[in-house]
Amino acid sequence: MNILVKSLMRSIILSAFALIMSHSFAVQIEFHNFENKQQEQLYLQLVAELRCVKCQNQNLAESNAELARDMRDKAYEMIIKGAKREDVVSYMTARYGDFVLYNPPFKAKTLLLWIGPPIFLFLSLFMLFKLIRGQKNQPKESLSEADRNSVRELLTSNSKK
Amino acid sequence: MKFFIPLAAFGALVALLLFGLGNDPKAIPSPFIGQPAPAFSLPRLYKPDQKISTDDMKGQVWVLNLWASWCVSCRAEHKVLSRLIAETKVPTIGLNYKDYGTEDYGEEALQWLATLGNPYYAVAVDTKGMAGIDWGVVGVPETFVMDKKGIVRYKFTGPVYDAAVEDVLIPLINKLRKEEG
Repeated sequence: MNILVKSLMRSIILSAFALIMSHSFAVQIEFHNFENKQQEQLYLQLVAELRCVKCQNQNLAESNAELARDMRDKAYEMIIKGAKREDVVSYMTARYGDFVLYNPPFKAKTLLLWIGPPIFLFLSLFMLFKLIRGQKNQPKESLSEADRNSVRELLTSNSKK
Repeated sequence: MKFFIPLAAFGALVALLLFGLGNDPKAIPSPFIGQPAPAFSLPRLYKPDQKISTDDMKGQVWVLNLWASWCVSCRAEHKVLSRLIAETKVPTIGLNYKDYGTEDYGEEALQWLATLGNPYYAVAVDTKGMAGIDWGVVGVPETFVMDKKGIVRYKFTGPVYDAAVEDVLIPLINKLRKEEG
């Protein structure tokens, strides 16, 4: 077959494939028009930081839940109308509590959440150093001459076979 | 002593995990308890040209129940909820959350109520689910109890069941009714 025909066919198949793929994904994609780059940046930052309350281990950007879509739309709507970051965050926390934030504020209620991990890190590092230093001080057990001889005997007898 | 520290640490871990096992991850603490009920003014399902709003409920103990015809657990709770409303005569607004066919005001919702019975004082139609978000909806059904001042006093997430009605909801409604308006 002519090489030209071959490459033409390949491009037709590829573009048909791309068309099918784009069609099947089109359902999931949302288009938002922003007035400026800052608004878009803010939107992208917020949907990454806000948590989907329906499917709890995903953020709003990742989740396909209908509620997550509504919350994305709400955030978009507010940003377009000129809302600041704090406005959207306080809107969401007023309704869903600090639970909705993947980046929760530092306060009495979230104290353990923030200082827990470093405490555990230092505690485990401390234990690790203690363990290593403990090992250093252990007496070195040495083999007696009789043990050495029996080992040597076993090794040599085995290699002769 | 050599074994005591690891054993104690293990015991503490087991206790922590057991505590976590008993917790319901879906029960997100509601920030509304003790706060004024989020206001809405929505078209009524049976009289689409009229509106029902939170202001209409002022001065009495009332209940808001979020439901939808597509929601299976709402079907499951319907009988229990109807019994609660019949026994206490508490005025209850059914917030019809993002139902099918809401373009022409809830064909499916009307059918659902025609089949199962309508226990509600009024049904508010929330087509876009924005009133739902104002009430911090996570998943229908959800049930709120408001006092005479319009303060949210209790939230029940998920389908209400007999024991919850007997032990929590009925006593609470009776208690709130005795409070000053």
